[in-house]
Amino acid sequence: MTDPAHRFESVPAVRDALAKVDYLADEGIAGVVYLADRLGKPVLIEGPAGTGKTQLAKSVAEISGSRLIRLQCYEGLDESKALYEWNYKKQLLRIQAERNDGATWSEVEDDIFSDEFLLTRPLLEAIRAEDPVVLLIDEVDRVEVETEALLLEILSDYQVSIPELGTVTARQVPLVFLTSNNTRELSEALKRRCLFLHVDYPDLDREREIVLAKVPGITESLADQVARIVRSIRQLELKKPPSVSETLDWARTLLLLGVEQVDAAMATGTANILLKYQSDIAKATKELEQDTALNGGAAAGAGAKPWQRNA
Amino acid sequence: MPDAPAGGNGADPPVSSNGGADPGITAGRHHAFSPEGAAAALDSRRAGDGVPDRPRPRTADETGRRLAEIGSGVALTELLSGFIVELRTAGLPVSLTENLDAMAAIQHIPLDDRDAFKYALGATLVKNASHWRVFETVFEVYFSLRGREYALTDEQAQAMADLDELMGEMEGQEGEQRGGGGGGEQLTPEELAEMLFKALAQGNEAMLKALARQAVRRYAGMEPGRPVGGTYYLYRTLRNLDLDGVLDKLMQQAREQAGELTPLEERLERDEYEARIEQLRKEIEAEIRRRLVADRGVEAMARTLRKPLPEDVDFMHASREEMAALRKAIYPLTRKLAVRLARKRRHGRKGPLDFRSTVRHSLSTGGVPIEPRFRYPRPSKPEIFVVADISGSVAAFARFTLHLVYAISNQFSKVRSFVFIDGIDEVTRMFEGVEDIGEAVHRVNTEADVIWVDGHSDYGHAFEIFWQRYGKDVGPKTTLLLLGDARNNYHATQSWVVREMQHRARHVYWLNPEPRSYWDTGDSIIGEYAVHCDGVFECRNLRQLERFVDHLV
Repeated sequence: MTDPAHRFESVPAVRDALAKVDYLADEGIAGVVYLADRLGKPVLIEGPAGTGKTQLAKSVAEISGSRLIRLQCYEGLDESKALYEWNYKKQLLRIQAERNDGATWSEVEDDIFSDEFLLTRPLLEAIRAEDPVVLLIDEVDRVEVETEALLLEILSDYQVSIPELGTVTARQVPLVFLTSNNTRELSEALKRRCLFLHVDYPDLDREREIVLAKVPGITESLADQVARIVRSIRQLELKKPPSVSETLDWARTLLLLGVEQVDAAMATGTANILLKYQSDIAKATKELEQDTALNGGAAAGAGAKPWQRNA
Repeated sequence: MPDAPAGGNGADPPVSSNGGADPGITAGRHHAFSPEGAAAALDSRRAGDGVPDRPRPRTADETGRRLAEIGSGVALTELLSGFIVELRTAGLPVSLTENLDAMAAIQHIPLDDRDAFKYALGATLVKNASHWRVFETVFEVYFSLRGREYALTDEQAQAMADLDELMGEMEGQEGEQRGGGGGGEQLTPEELAEMLFKALAQGNEAMLKALARQAVRRYAGMEPGRPVGGTYYLYRTLRNLDLDGVLDKLMQQAREQAGELTPLEERLERDEYEARIEQLRKEIEAEIRRRLVADRGVEAMARTLRKPLPEDVDFMHASREEMAALRKAIYPLTRKLAVRLARKRRHGRKGPLDFRSTVRHSLSTGGVPIEPRFRYPRPSKPEIFVVADISGSVAAFARFTLHLVYAISNQFSKVRSFVFIDGIDEVTRMFEGVEDIGEAVHRVNTEADVIWVDGHSDYGHAFEIFWQRYGKDVGPKTTLLLLGDARNNYHATQSWVVREMQHRARHVYWLNPEPRSYWDTGDSIIGEYAVHCDGVFECRNLRQLERFVDHLV
């Protein structure tokens, strides 16, 4: 299981490489990716939706030149969809064909449980891959607790046991990322096998950088305003605070609308891009309007926004 | 003489006096990153006759190199073990595997990088985002005197010099003080406030850090061995800094600079400054903590700073902040509850034929489908009735209960909720289609008709009315959750209602927010109801709630 050729040199190297593919990692993210490579351990990424958990796996695949194999989890996912399945149609055909040939029983038996009849599913495929791969197990919190057990063997030993064939061991240690939206507590056994990474909403500077990197053509001042307004909105108690991807959508919208300076009216008018619940939108709008009312009085007759209108 | 202010610093003597109190330190005592090391470094600088191998300008890199040297040895192992013991005492479940992982992880990172070190430990030892804060506190305490920023006194001197330099740059005319070295000491409070204001206006992080230290030195009035908590020092420091006033001034300045601010801009500026002030606050807190650790030793501090994990916070005594964290934690739990309750009914009964699976399994019999396979039936939808006491004696719990009810009603399609004090009222509609839980709770508290006579809990009467009005709706699919402390103010128990419930409903569970030892004392009559319930659970914190959910399997 030794893998002398590590993918990354150092933590800053990971960070730089990720930045090159427009993924702006913070210290923690880069550090954990680096450790995952060095220790050969899977990474469990947890955090609110839309903070770039899946994107991290994709970006890492990109910078390490690996193929990305993705397993999307859902309730009811089972062995035959995650690990492997016997191609029973083909097996049936084989049995039919053999019967005519008059082959012996053991020959047939050996035959139909061979590699040829095995349908590999994402997990097995990642294990058997010859080329470097990144395995992404997305939204692992969606499967039932019992199904989690399927993952344990592969996560700790990078192998899959198939009763009819034996054990398939990984030819190279793949980088494994599991993402979770934390809708339920994952089992201890799973967590123990992983490095844990909590990805939260980025801070102001990082968010601005992300907007600058991901929205081509945006001016620095607009990116700065976008980041600031989003931070402001996140401070409200909302059902679903705006995620990074929504920030990006919003920035793109503003760019398309040719906005250079975001004012309150523009912000509330396009709030539906940032916020996805009517109650949240109402709350944000109310908050901004309340501000207008309050400060309109406090600013002692200072007209609402004269120079903005001119701009 | 840049270390003159450090020499006069009250936290200095205890550094050497109690470093040995902790086994973790003992391991590294003779190395560069022990408190003694720091003190020795200071001595060497002051007297000029210190340990010869310690060069004068001790930079961070130098420290890092030393740390790395030690990293290869046993010292680090012991240091880490000590740290893990501390984490476990704080309640974090750190397994042996994780311990080993942490050991392996820190082999791969440069030890002089404090952040990387922290994240490496975090990634391997903390597997729950809500535990991160506890981990951070323990980390800060345990490593506050170790690593790059340990050098309390040394760094202090450095900070002073920095401060002078920065100040010189800013003021120009104060350059002459720089030669004196102890410029920070000679600042008047007005000058300090002025610098603070400027640093905040510019968002100068290095400056804020230096100022935080200076402020603590000056205002906190920390004396070694004084038995006061960190919050006291924090309060004293902040009071002198008058951060609210500073914020107003900052806003004033922003308004003047920009000419006019639109309300939105005003809001954004305010957010920005608030964030910076918050950062300053954190710096100040960290500084106080560092000094306290230096004074009292790692273990004592770790003990005082130990906070309960979110899942151990008592519902009845949760602070507002803790309550917010609890609310967030409820959702995964109710989801789990939903899965548990729904799945329970899935086993045993078979659904329609699963053709695909049947054919697949027929292969073992040569393609003859001997054993038919069936699909799982559709998961059934359990019906849940939540009956909650919202009287004063369980007020804090009731608040939590309502959140729980709200979360449950989002997970299940058929939830009916009832609240009572001495009367009972159905509040299902108040939770329906409501996006904002705060509003729902408010409506329940103001609109629900739960008072019959005097507004003291009367479980008996409430249950009786419940049975009269809604009893016919309780059927074999219903699970009843009763929430309350069963403190009945010596009214009639009417426990026959619970017995009837149990007969007719699928399950009756009771969650009691009181410690088990208080049950059946005074006017608590939980025992009389308990005999008719399928289970009575003490439910004072999330861990217990979770245990209840697990029990449902």
